[in-house]
Amino acid sequence: MPADSYPERQVRITGIGQSKVGRPSDRSALQLTLDACLEAVADAGLSVDEIDGLTNHFGKVAEGGGISPVGTIETMLALGIRPVWTNPSTAEGPGHMGAIFQAIMAVATGLCRHVLVFRTVGQATSRLASRESTLLTGSRARVDGGNAFFVPFHAHSPANMWALYAQAYFDRYGVGPEQLGWVAVNGRRMAAHNANAIYREPITIDDYLASRMISTPLRLLDCDSHIDGSTALVISHRDAAKDLRNPPIAIEAMGMSVGGLAEGLHEGDFTAIAATRAGEMLWKRTDLKPGDVDCAQIYDGFSIHVWLWLEAVGLCAPGEAARFIEGGTRTALDGELPLNTSGGQLSAGRFHGYGHTHEGCLQLWGRGGGRQVKDARTCIVANGGYGYGAMLLRRD
Amino acid sequence: MTPEAERKLPALTPETEAFWTGGSEGKLLIQRCTQCGRYQHPPLPLCPACRTETMAPAPVSGKGRVKTFTVNHQRWLAGLDPTFVFAAVELPEQAELYVFSNILAPPEAVRSGMPVKVCFEHREDVWLPLFQPDDADAG
Repeated sequence: MPADSYPERQVRITGIGQSKVGRPSDRSALQLTLDACLEAVADAGLSVDEIDGLTNHFGKVAEGGGISPVGTIETMLALGIRPVWTNPSTAEGPGHMGAIFQAIMAVATGLCRHVLVFRTVGQATSRLASRESTLLTGSRARVDGGNAFFVPFHAHSPANMWALYAQAYFDRYGVGPEQLGWVAVNGRRMAAHNANAIYREPITIDDYLASRMISTPLRLLDCDSHIDGSTALVISHRDAAKDLRNPPIAIEAMGMSVGGLAEGLHEGDFTAIAATRAGEMLWKRTDLKPGDVDCAQIYDGFSIHVWLWLEAVGLCAPGEAARFIEGGTRTALDGELPLNTSGGQLSAGRFHGYGHTHEGCLQLWGRGGGRQVKDARTCIVANGGYGYGAMLLRRD
Repeated sequence: MTPEAERKLPALTPETEAFWTGGSEGKLLIQRCTQCGRYQHPPLPLCPACRTETMAPAPVSGKGRVKTFTVNHQRWLAGLDPTFVFAAVELPEQAELYVFSNILAPPEAVRSGMPVKVCFEHREDVWLPLFQPDDADAG
């Protein structure tokens, strides 16, 4: 198939929106969703009535402590639209990118002209009711599925799982917290320029090392933070994007993969993730090379994700991400690869992948203000800890 | 070493029952293909190599090595003693054949690569495979 017939080449990103972050918010999860959606539609220069597709990650989830409290149906009703296509992505897909990839395909097949995609989290509000871990355990008497292989051993949190990766990476490559901490330090200095980040006070590597241990070797500052908030974007057909408000952002290539981790089936030696397949797919779909990437927005549910993802998408060779980020020079705004310029989830809050895509677009539109990457023309966005999705965005 | 809070127990399914109950006879049962000999954990209906329904529970040595581990500090649930070791144990029977479990040892004594052997904790109809240091295989 010629590259110009790939589905992602048929579409453009035309608008973005994000609610005010809250910890907790005084607005409901549905209100936050509508804030983000209306902002994205207005940003694109569209009217709400022109939205003919609606999706989100990952549907309305009743259990799970606010992981996804708002679905597409109530959003459709609240917006007063009747799109020809609605279908949330699932937790079994290529991570948080699942809904974006579905939107791409709905537009590329000609079903829709303008698909609105959103992701809402209400985890800060949920934690007012209970601070206990509920994501893996649920309320059932017995644990089933993949969680049956973690929870009976008291591993109630993904922190325990990702700690295994951090320890294995430390052991194999001879690095430690003095390197890992720079993921958090890098994000925090970026967040100082992001008015919608929840943590904006600068931290040092010593602050990081002094933060309390969660699950060795992961400390508090290795973990992202629960928030209430919503992010939205509009995926439009390229022909319908030409005369809109923003210069369209092209999706040069996408890549996706899913591993067995959520089912308790691990492949490899715990120093790499199945996202490697997503990275390989992405680079097969473009003539651009990793050296052409101007900035990177890399999923950081936990700090260790950034190392693993940078290597999975070929921006660092295996074992080199730790030293690449250490010291923060190469990932600074004026460095060779500015990284997580919104602060990432560690500092901006867990917008759950969608903050990264929002930031990628913002950079390519030159709206970064104090955190703008000079002349940013390409940005890689990578999302997911269990299923994996990546996009290479470029100014059209 | 065992945290105070009751362990949340796994649901037994036709595929997983042998793994969770082999301890009643002191055996760690890992699913293995009767045709090609390949092990698979967690259990699934088909052999991933043969794509046939030739998988059956097979006893393994119960020995292994800590591939990687974490010492938990966060109290995820009320009543849970937060200090426990969660690890991926690699079984010697096949490369990258992992069982996730707890290591019953002082946290400061646990290292990646340390030899361990299985033991079982009986709760209701489940025999949870846990691991303890295998001093006989300290090499």
